Amino acid sequence: MKKETKDILLGPIHLKNPITLQVLGICSALAVTTQLQPALVMSAALMFVLVGSNVTISMLRNKIPGSIRVITQLAIIASLVILADQIMKAYLFEVSKQLSVFVGLIITNCIVMGRAEAFAMANPPAKAALDGIGNALGYSVILIIVGFFRELLGSGKLLGHVVMPTVNNGGWYNPNGLMVLSPGAFFIIGLFIWAQRTYSQELVEEN
Amino acid sequence: MEFSNKYIIGFALALCLVCSLAVSTTAVVLKDKQDANALLDMQSQILRVAGLIDANAKPTSEEATAMFTSIKALKVSPTTGEILGEMEFNPKNLIKASKDASLSSATSSESATKARVSRIPNHLMVLQVTDPGNECYVFLLWGNGLWSTMYGYIALESDLETVKGITFYEQGETAGLGGEIVNPNWTSQWPGKKVFDEEGNVALTVTKFGQVKKPSNQVDGISGATITSVAVGNTMLTWLGDEAYGKFLKAEGK
Repeated sequence: MKKETKDILLGPIHLKNPITLQVLGICSALAVTTQLQPALVMSAALMFVLVGSNVTISMLRNKIPGSIRVITQLAIIASLVILADQIMKAYLFEVSKQLSVFVGLIITNCIVMGRAEAFAMANPPAKAALDGIGNALGYSVILIIVGFFRELLGSGKLLGHVVMPTVNNGGWYNPNGLMVLSPGAFFIIGLFIWAQRTYSQELVEEN
Repeated sequence: MEFSNKYIIGFALALCLVCSLAVSTTAVVLKDKQDANALLDMQSQILRVAGLIDANAKPTSEEATAMFTSIKALKVSPTTGEILGEMEFNPKNLIKASKDASLSSATSSESATKARVSRIPNHLMVLQVTDPGNECYVFLLWGNGLWSTMYGYIALESDLETVKGITFYEQGETAGLGGEIVNPNWTSQWPGKKVFDEEGNVALTVTKFGQVKKPSNQVDGISGATITSVAVGNTMLTWLGDEAYGKFLKAEGK
């Protein structure tokens, strides 16, 4: 893999992670991570939208008039989100019921517009696609980690399978109620940012 | 790069056209499949609460429709409790009717105020399950919990007094706390409870966790989810009370 390609694709997973470094897309990271499965599906939906919007916008980048640039991006993103939502309702009904409004809210996910504006408007489609995949992966990694811990500690399950039988169900594990509430996700993301910055000192700001 | 105004307007129009075409095409193409999913989901919920299938069973569309032939949707008047005939099975229409002043009546009971059920449709739907060995009635109900409106069904045995099962098919309560109202471990407390107390008043409710005083009528709430638990109780009182299904239960019961 060429160095540039590698940077575009893998950079957002660690050193340029959209959630932990740019602090974008936090709202959905809190909302859909009480369990692992919706986190996975949300990640897939975001990847579809992000790659789709990056490629489309990149192909049109020389045709889009500057004065209506943002609304153009928004129209493209919104259409893709509706497509994703419709497809999920038709083929993944159970999960789409769980995610309810959050699929629709991908429209407002700052990562999507951030990448469109910062990257796709200035780069050719192939690179934009890689950038989309990379950022979606960066988002997914955090969602999956948060979803993993919240489901495990909050309800003693993983992907709906019982790992630690809870007291309510006659087991031994007393579930941590904080983990099923949104603040639980804040703690996990906070701890993750701490771990990440301890590992990669160059991420720590001077002051 | 500078663009003329004409180009900008043209571009915006073309973009809108392409986007709306893409969206509407998918919506039309996938509509049948989505409707089928929604219908199957609704049917499965009712079959489960009526005990025709296991709690975890996932019937196919054909199986569900075949089993549904033993279920009659009766049109019931809440003011008299009379059966006015049969009606189309469509829970969404009832929910819609409760928002339309010409098709519904305002409630006044205390439980309805607490469960924020402000209007009850003028025609209710009662599902009568005629499958031999599984005869029962299924009632649609809804009420507000802590965050969301909880939509569900309660199944009563053919004596119209004993609870057979309960399910919530749509709710947005806190996952792990109030959201446990869908946990089979909690809903399994319901079968066998009685709707009416000795004096014949509707008494099926949910208490705060660990405070059940009348085990024949009261269901133990969920620890850490008192508001949701009590709201489920008020929802029951509202819908099984005289403003909704109550008169039907008394007229047809026993």
